[in-house]
Amino acid sequence: MEISVSVNQLLKSYTKGEKTAVNHVSFEVKKGELFGLIGPDGAGKTSIFRMLTTLILPDGGNASVNGLDIVKDYGKIRMSIGYMPGKFSLYPDLTVEENLGFFATLFNTRVNENYHLIKDIYEQLAPFKNRRAGKLSGGMKQKLALCCALIHNPPVIFLDEPTTGVDPVSRREFWEMLKRLKDQGITIVVSTPYMDEATLCDRIALIQEGQILSINTPKNMVSHYPDQLFAIKADNMYHLLKIMKTYKNVLNIYAFGEYAHASFREDMDTNELYRYLEEKGFRDILIIPAKPTIEDCFIKLLNN
Amino acid sequence: MRTIRFLLVKEFKQIFRNRSILVMIIGMPVIQLMILPLAANYEVKNINIVIVNQDHSPVSAKLVSKINASTYLNVLSHLTSYDQALKLAEDDKTDLILQIPPHFEKNLIRDNQQKLFIAVNAINGMKAGLGYGYLSNIIQMFNEELRGQMMPRSKFNVAQEIELEFTSRFNPHQVYYLFMVPGILAFLVTMITGFLSALNIVKEKEMGTIEQINVTPIKKYHFILGKLIPFWIIGTVVFTLGLMVSFFVYGIVPAGSILLLYGFMWVYLLAVLGFGLLVSTYCDKQQQAMLIMFFFMMIFILMGGLLTSIDGMPYWAKMIAALNPVSYIIDVVRAVVLKGSGLQDILPQLGTIIVFAIVLNSWAIYNYKKTN
Repeated sequence: MEISVSVNQLLKSYTKGEKTAVNHVSFEVKKGELFGLIGPDGAGKTSIFRMLTTLILPDGGNASVNGLDIVKDYGKIRMSIGYMPGKFSLYPDLTVEENLGFFATLFNTRVNENYHLIKDIYEQLAPFKNRRAGKLSGGMKQKLALCCALIHNPPVIFLDEPTTGVDPVSRREFWEMLKRLKDQGITIVVSTPYMDEATLCDRIALIQEGQILSINTPKNMVSHYPDQLFAIKADNMYHLLKIMKTYKNVLNIYAFGEYAHASFREDMDTNELYRYLEEKGFRDILIIPAKPTIEDCFIKLLNN
Repeated sequence: MRTIRFLLVKEFKQIFRNRSILVMIIGMPVIQLMILPLAANYEVKNINIVIVNQDHSPVSAKLVSKINASTYLNVLSHLTSYDQALKLAEDDKTDLILQIPPHFEKNLIRDNQQKLFIAVNAINGMKAGLGYGYLSNIIQMFNEELRGQMMPRSKFNVAQEIELEFTSRFNPHQVYYLFMVPGILAFLVTMITGFLSALNIVKEKEMGTIEQINVTPIKKYHFILGKLIPFWIIGTVVFTLGLMVSFFVYGIVPAGSILLLYGFMWVYLLAVLGFGLLVSTYCDKQQQAMLIMFFFMMIFILMGGLLTSIDGMPYWAKMIAALNPVSYIIDVVRAVVLKGSGLQDILPQLGTIIVFAIVLNSWAIYNYKKTN
């Protein structure tokens, strides 16, 4: 399989080397893959993106995009990538149409040359094509930004937190669009702080404090979850979280929606736990085995 | 070429959609040129005077009629008591009080000399000085006349008939706005283009749009030209508007070549835009750029010879003024508009401004490359 993006021991630090944002990160993205960088705010996702899109220089290591070195061949890379920054950065005082036309020109192309690529997305924007970009809703802005990133038909696109601050419906739509772009053979590197979006990627890298914790397919990642996981519920959740920390064999306990997720090292007797909680004065106790999610994997990795 | 054209189209679209910038470009030169020169006028008319005539003789009446005839002095009232007059001065209603003492004519003929009393309200220093000057002039003339009538001409009086008169070479009527309008115009062009260019580029940084531009294969010099050309054109438009205002409102027709004015202005605008670009490379936020520009603009205007002559400044201040591009444009615009200076006369300034333009732009481009 052809490699589209190759990152090798990439290093970036700020404030004169005091704060390491990206700490020896390595990963590879295959051609046509939808690759996700999953991590909380400040994990270093944006720094990785900015290095790969030639906006900033790495302090160490190397990386290549489409076989081009990010330092030496930055000019060529810029021709062949699409980048959508986390912050909306099109011209708010230009209309939808003008923004698209403007970025097409900067890439020395025209909107209708690659219209087939953005057709699905642009059709949704078409009713607003004379509206100024700054006056669009959050979801519409993201769609326009995606169009502008695609207008020159790049083989690789980098999307930095494209769904942050977008409503759930638009988020789902956005991921469906990404799926369709992937089907057209475009390599997509996307970052997101949302764990539920991770399952929509082909492969994901979990990243925390500038270091990659694990790289795998979402499926493999959850199936390799080593511990026993239970969802527990009772009348006093706050108290429950506190009590459970002291229970034997508990590895981790944390709130997860309306439940608390508890992971255990070895076989756990559900009845014994039930009795224990009853003794402690809890009512309406519910203990059910839970299927691990990416979030559970992430928390597990963080605690190692 | 196509890229540059599109950059320019984009830039102008943005400028024309921003109403406050449009108002700045058109309204600022027109309004400021109409208000500032008149408001900053040092020429004072309508100085009020109260005459306390306690003599009521033909001689004193003659003096009073002389004062009445002056277009600069406005006789507010004739009173008989000095205290009443002083009250008017205290209420700031009058600027001058002239007291003609009792028996003025009688004593004048008897003693061959007499004294008049002038009180000046110095709350407004400018008015006070000028008012006193006007009044003493009138009295002086009156005195000469009296001498002529009362004593026959003698040999000794010949010397006193030499009078000194002075006029300004290039502004004979001392019309204040003739001097101020070209200076203010030069400064306005500097301010508008300087601020706009600095803020515009920083705005791209602040909005993050520069990120999106930087990942495109666009050349740096394309981007910089795309920023400089629009403001270069706007500077020219502002300058033209200003020239039109000075013609239609003040009737100022440049004594020198208009082409020379524009030629110098075009080179000068390159220097100003270079300065704006330089400031923008050091700032990330529009607020920073605004404050830095304000700092420099204040120095530029105070040390630019607009309000106070640079020639009258101490040596160290002259050195600072030499580094101030605004001082050259004010100098040249005044010289060409008022004196009709030709290319030969402004060559030194032109040379300096070319050096400014090259240094500022190179510095800005060097710094722009470094930070990106």
